[in-house]
Amino acid sequence: MTEQATPVIVVEGLTARYDERSILENVSFRVFQGERFIILGGSGCGKSTLLKHLIGLYRPYSGHILVNGIDIASHDEENLGKVRMNIGVLFQNDALFGSMTLSENVALPLQEYTDLPEGVIEQIVRMKLDLVRLGGYENHFPSELSGGMRKRAGIARALALDPQMLFLDEPWAGLDPITAAELDILVRSINTGIGATMVIVTQELASIFAVGQRVIMLDKEAKGIIAEGDPIVLREESADPRVVNFFNRRAA
Amino acid sequence: MMKSENRKDYTLEIRGPKGGDVLLVITGRIVLGNLHQVIDDLRAIPAESAPSSLTVDLSGFEYLDSSGALALLHLKHEAEARSIPFEFIGMNSRVKGIMDLLHPVAIGAASTAPERKPPSLIEQVGEAGMKVAQDFVTLMSFTGALVTTLLYSIAHPRSVRWDDVLRNMRQVGVDGFPIVTLISVLLGLIMAFMSSLQLKQFGANIYVASLVSIAMVKELGPIMTAILVAGRSGSAFAAEIGTMVVNDEVNALVTMGFDPLRFLVVPRIIAAAVVVPLLTLYADAFAILGSLVVGVLGLDLTVYTYMQQIRITIDNYDVMTGFVKSLFFALLVGGIGCQRGFQVRGGPESVGRATTSAVVSAIFLIILADSIFAIVLHYLERK
Repeated sequence: MTEQATPVIVVEGLTARYDERSILENVSFRVFQGERFIILGGSGCGKSTLLKHLIGLYRPYSGHILVNGIDIASHDEENLGKVRMNIGVLFQNDALFGSMTLSENVALPLQEYTDLPEGVIEQIVRMKLDLVRLGGYENHFPSELSGGMRKRAGIARALALDPQMLFLDEPWAGLDPITAAELDILVRSINTGIGATMVIVTQELASIFAVGQRVIMLDKEAKGIIAEGDPIVLREESADPRVVNFFNRRAA
Repeated sequence: MMKSENRKDYTLEIRGPKGGDVLLVITGRIVLGNLHQVIDDLRAIPAESAPSSLTVDLSGFEYLDSSGALALLHLKHEAEARSIPFEFIGMNSRVKGIMDLLHPVAIGAASTAPERKPPSLIEQVGEAGMKVAQDFVTLMSFTGALVTTLLYSIAHPRSVRWDDVLRNMRQVGVDGFPIVTLISVLLGLIMAFMSSLQLKQFGANIYVASLVSIAMVKELGPIMTAILVAGRSGSAFAAEIGTMVVNDEVNALVTMGFDPLRFLVVPRIIAAAVVVPLLTLYADAFAILGSLVVGVLGLDLTVYTYMQQIRITIDNYDVMTGFVKSLFFALLVGGIGCQRGFQVRGGPESVGRATTSAVVSAIFLIILADSIFAIVLHYLERK
């Protein structure tokens, strides 16, 4: 983030609505190459909505979202396809295909988008699963794994095509503290090792401090960003009671 | 997309004598898109130039992704397997980061994942037999529990959730009107048309009315309606309850002290039992209407003679047996739909299987029950 501050995601004046219900109004921010960027805020503030806009699942009501310079709100399927090749997503409920083994889950995008022979794909799949410490579980079905393992398998599948950007939706939800801490380490090592930009939606305080380099905080009433910056600095120095309460886990 | 990115955006240069100290200089980028070519290029090197040592210079690298790193580590593994001294030089921090990330990964080692062997034929037969037996036992215990719960509900009508009954009656009955209308009118038309072709030859036009009305009221009306309800609503029961099982909603009901049978199954069964016989009468009427069109337009019969012939052919007894039959079919369709829903274990594909099984079993049971009815009614009529 420090050496090359190239923005890879630029959001300008994003307004998000479900029918007539407004979720986000006029939100603008940037995510820079290689950083670990966290979107946080209380329940129902539009974190997941924002994430789904960033990955092109929802189209903005108004405003622009540029991912790698391509406007994903342009309704251009070809451009959207290009963007999708460069992003990996871990969904909140891991979204592994239950009818496939772990290795089949990870191999799926490789078989579809590359012309590599089966043997090489198999090696890449094993490498990705080893990377998330799931070596030896290639032939297991998702239903045979614990929650933490499924999250890691989801990350392995998101990493299948070596994306430049990784989006994680609530990766720590429902994990015990030890598993969560292991996931912190994994996320950081993938970020530094592969150099993938990470956009993480979460409200796990411990993990925000352990992983986050820069955060934006959304608020339900403000329908937008109320704070932006280093989480540790925000905790110590913010004057906004909403931010202070969030970071110090206090009831409003 | 990635396939078209296959142009050569890297260079591979081999310096040094064959059989001596070889320096391999790689520049550019190795990513998933050109990995296929890189692997082909790299594979030949240790065997062909048979170097005494191999050094790989990575200082000219622009970009390397984890798959590319895997390919390089494979080269290293291959060289070490031939006891050729191997070294990477000139790694920048990014390349080193990704190499270190993969370092603990056991390159080339056999997978430690346990194999899943398909079971042998004998095992499969045994398992299938066990499954059928188990299926029968669960079906029987479900039937027992359902009958007691239904009897309890009849004895205590206030325990039934009538709102749910009404909602299900709308789903099974009212929402099913269009398709039942369409199918029965067409069935009446087709039967009347096909039989008229034959009966015309004998001048027995008027018996088209008898044929259609007997066939519809006694057999086809109840069966066809029940099969339609099995496809529309039996499957929906299985899917709804199956999804509730998957989402722990059924467990939530149990912990709150509700009996899932009384809460989920009884309203559906009552709704089906009320609505399906009515739907059957409705289907009978529309099939006769359809055949009437053929009779009047195609056979020069008047509406009055046609209806009169039907009145002569069909008596109340026939209508009543059709009614009772369809009531039984409704219980079967509703019961098996709910039972299959409760059998769901695991995830989405299990819900799919339960839904399919609900429809297939329902159709099987309908035909079976109809055969039994045919025999029983035959002996009853004789007396």
